[in-house]
Order: sequence, then C-alpha cells, then structure tokens
Amino acid sequence: MHVEAHDLVKTYPPATRALDGLSLAIAPGEVFGLLGPNGAGKTTTIKILTTLTRPDSGTASVAGHDVLRASQRVRRSIGVVGQKSGTDPTATGRDNLMLQGHLYGMGTAALKGRVAELLDRFDLGEVADRAVRTYSGGTQRRLDIALGLVQRPVVLFLDEPTTGLDPEARAALWREITRLSTEDGITVLLTTHYLDEADRLADRLAIVDSGRIVVGGTPDSLKGELRGDAVHVELGERPDSSAVRTALGGVPGVREVSVDGRRLSARADDGAAAVPGVLAALDRTGTAVAAVTVARPSLDDVYLRHVGRRFAETANGGTR
Amino acid sequence: MMSNTVGMGPWVGATWWMTHRQLKALLRQPAVLVITLVQPMVWLFLFGNLFRRVVELPGFGAASYLDYLVPGVVVMNAVSSSMWAGMGSIDEIERGTLNRFLVSPVSRAAIMNANVIVQALSVAFQSVLIVLLAWAAGAHYPGGVAGPVALVVASMLLGTVFSALSNVFGMTLRQRESIIGLSIFLLLPLTFLSTAFMAKSLMPGWMQAIASANPVNWALEAVRGTLTASVDWHTALVNGGGLLALAALTVWLSTRSFRAYQRTV
Repeated sequence: MHVEAHDLVKTYPPATRALDGLSLAIAPGEVFGLLGPNGAGKTTTIKILTTLTRPDSGTASVAGHDVLRASQRVRRSIGVVGQKSGTDPTATGRDNLMLQGHLYGMGTAALKGRVAELLDRFDLGEVADRAVRTYSGGTQRRLDIALGLVQRPVVLFLDEPTTGLDPEARAALWREITRLSTEDGITVLLTTHYLDEADRLADRLAIVDSGRIVVGGTPDSLKGELRGDAVHVELGERPDSSAVRTALGGVPGVREVSVDGRRLSARADDGAAAVPGVLAALDRTGTAVAAVTVARPSLDDVYLRHVGRRFAETANGGTR
Repeated sequence: MMSNTVGMGPWVGATWWMTHRQLKALLRQPAVLVITLVQPMVWLFLFGNLFRRVVELPGFGAASYLDYLVPGVVVMNAVSSSMWAGMGSIDEIERGTLNRFLVSPVSRAAIMNANVIVQALSVAFQSVLIVLLAWAAGAHYPGGVAGPVALVVASMLLGTVFSALSNVFGMTLRQRESIIGLSIFLLLPLTFLSTAFMAKSLMPGWMQAIASANPVNWALEAVRGTLTASVDWHTALVNGGGLLALAALTVWLSTRSFRAYQRTV
C-alpha cells in the first residue's frame, strides 16, 4: 500500500473532533477519492498524511514511511496541492516552479529542463514569464498542480483541486489528473465535495462523514450495491401494455416493468447489458422504439443510503 | 518529534534559496525601500532643526545635534521597519505559502533565517543611505569609517531582533492587529527610553535605569563609542555582544514558533 492510515484521531481545541478513527489504504498508482462535505475531515486527513500536523492518536504511512517517525522521508516522496495555492503572486510561474525544485535540492540545470517540460505539459508556456497574479483561476490551478509535480513525487495529494473553477477549466483539470495515474503511475489522493468529480476521477473512493469513513469502494461497486439501474424506453406508439409486460418479464435480469402511456420503465442489475434483450423482446411484440436511456444510480443515492441524508442538504462547515 | 535532520549542505542551500526568493521580490519593487526612507529623513531634518540647541545644555557632551541624532534615527528606522516583518509571515500563512514550504523537505530554520537575513539586509541598505544623506547634510563622523560601519552593523542586529520578534507574534497569534500592537507599544517607548535623542546624563534616574536594559540603547551605546575621534572599543564590544546574544535568542525563538504554528494547523 502506498498510503495507509489506521484509526486517526485529531481534535482541535476547544472541542472540534475533526477525525474520529479514520482508516484508509491506497494502492500504488491508484486515484483515491475522499468524498465528503466541508468539515467532514478530508483536509485534516491530508494535513496529517503530508506531515503538516500530527494526529492525537493513530498511525499513518506514506510511500512506506511513517509520517511521524520519518516525516522527512515522507516529504521527499510527496507532492501536495493545497486548497490555497501558496504561489508567490508577484513572481512569474517559471520562478515559482524553479523555487519549488530548489526546495527539494534539485540542481539548476536539471531543474530548468523539468520546469520547461511541466510548463509545456500544463499548457503554461505562454504565461510562464508573467506574474502569477495575472493568471486566471484555471491557469493558476494548472500551475499549482505543476508545482506539486516538479520533484517527481511518488504520491500526490490534491485537496479540492477544482473548487471555484468554471466547467471548462474543471474538465481540463480532470483530464490532467487522469493522466497522472494512467501515464505517470503516480498514486493520487484527491479530496472533493463534488459527487461527479469523485465519480469521474476516482478508481476507488471513500465517503467521509464526521471524521470517519462511512463506506468505501469503486464508484461502480458502491452504486452497484443499490438496487440496479433504471432503464427507460420511449416507445413509438401507445403499446399493448400487458403484451409488453409479458414479453419483458422473460428477459433475464429485468424487473419492475411499468408502462405509462408511451413510456416504459424497468429496473435491471446491469442496465446497459439488459438493453439488447429489452429491444429484442419489444421487437417481437411489434412495438416501435424511439429512444432508450439507462440511468445508473448516482453517488448521491449512495451517499443518501450510507450517511442518511442527501449530499446537497449537508450543511457547509469550516474547512477541516 | 518531527524529524528535521538535514545535513549542513542542504540547510545552507535552502537558506540561500529562501533568501533569494525574498530578495527578488524586494528588487521587483525597489521603490518600497526608498519610500520607507522618507520617514527617517523627516525625523532627521525635523528633530535636527527643532532640537538643534539641545547640545548647549550643560553636560550634553556633543558639539552638533545633527551628529548626535544620526545614530538615533538609524536605530529608530531599524526598529520601526523590522517590526512589520511579521505581516509577511501572516501573508504567507494566509496564501498557503508557508504550508507549501512545511510539507517540503526544506529546513524550518532556513525559512525563518531567510526572513531575518532579508530584513537585516534591507535595514543595512536603509542605514547606509541615512548615513550618507546625513553626511551630505553636514553630519560628521570623526572616528572615520569605523563609526558608520559599527552603526550599520548595530542596525542590522536590531533589525534581526525585532523582525524575529515580529515573526514570533505573526506565527503564534496570526493576527495583523498583534503586529500593529507590537509596533505601537514598543517603537516609541524603546526609542525615547534610550539615548537616541537625549544624552543619558540628562535623563531622569528611573529612565536611565530602564535605558540600560533596553536593547535599542545597547545598540546606541555600542555605536556612540565608535563615532568619536577616540574609539571606545570596550563599550562597543560589551553592548554589541549583548545585542548579538539577544539576536541569537530571538531567532531561535522564531524557529521554535513553527511548532506552535503546526499545533494549530
């Protein structure tokens, strides 16, 4: 495991219990998502794993090094992109990247090459020699991620990387984050309070609530535990309901068939796999089909089931 | 314990890069250093003219008040400009810069030392300018070059003491008000409870007692002995040594303040 945490507890005075026995394990090369509302304990987890703060109790290791006993080794193995960028706004993007490399003891010659490579990769070439304060939000965030990569980390921590970005910049950043694990083989721990982001990026994710992991798994397995996909079929004309129901009853894995006017709905364990069977059955009854949609259960459904409330209803607390 | 064991090489290198980044930031806006000189210039020429005849008081022991005032203004400038150093620490905490450094292997001492080195260097630059401008306005340095050099060195030590102290305030309290308070409560008392503007023999007894425990006064005592025709090295070394010890103590304290900060992140 590249990142392991056991039973982390952290209390901020006077009585804020930010972590209440949090445990997790992340395999090498995996993108792991910590999903939860503000105040759930995501940022505190990152602060402990990146040696910024100490847990009251519990143990953690990153890249094989204990975060308390070998913090300096941990620091040499990680890259961190915090919620706040931490760049010097008056310096240029290139200067910020160069300084970052120097902090890790990289030699100037090698560093220049690495910085040029990152500027190119994150499409920062044009703004490289402008002061960072002139950057747009998305550009700033790309620089932040480049900063976290200068020293070639084994594990990268991304704390809410796309918060505050417009959809286009978010999509661009998502592509970059996916590349980190698929092309560079970096282990990524990502926190987010966007359901779609966790769903889209994480190989595995864990839902955090009140300082604990409530449930974890791959996004698909988590949603798969729910009662299957919804299959909606738009029919060409008003069908013979009972004939349609009888025909679909014979398709394996399909249940709860209902017909309402020209709309037919059913549930299936694997909606996409059930579609050919459904279409064939409808064809046998001579019913024309206009459109088919398969809706997977969302992470919001997963969240509701395990935490007991809708994600969107969760009150926003402080960033801990 | 967080292990901070880094070899000597990386430690020195890190201090250089942390200093380099701040010096570069200063050089991007050189006007700031010059603008901050307006205030000491006003003191120099205002006080210099207002209190010109103070030297005629029996026992004052100086021929020209402008000559007497130069070290006072240099020292006051060193204290007043260094007391704001903690604002920079607060800015870096708020921007997330400090956290970015703390999760990197860079030595904590290097981060704090760089703050202090940059402050000492900019104070040195300002002190040299004040000495030169005062000289152009007619001040004399009868001891030769030793006096002005001692003055600049003393101002750097004072800059170190007060910027380190200001950083401790910034790191532990993390409120701009605390830095403003530090400046309001310390700057004027420390300068006026010293020989910056008035000879010690003419102060009330209780003031003299306080002045001898005042590091601003140590700097002045150290320097005044070197600004005369017959240089008093003994006084210079005793007072300068005290100042150096205090500087070392405050720098150590400021490095320790990281622990206090990291307990609260």
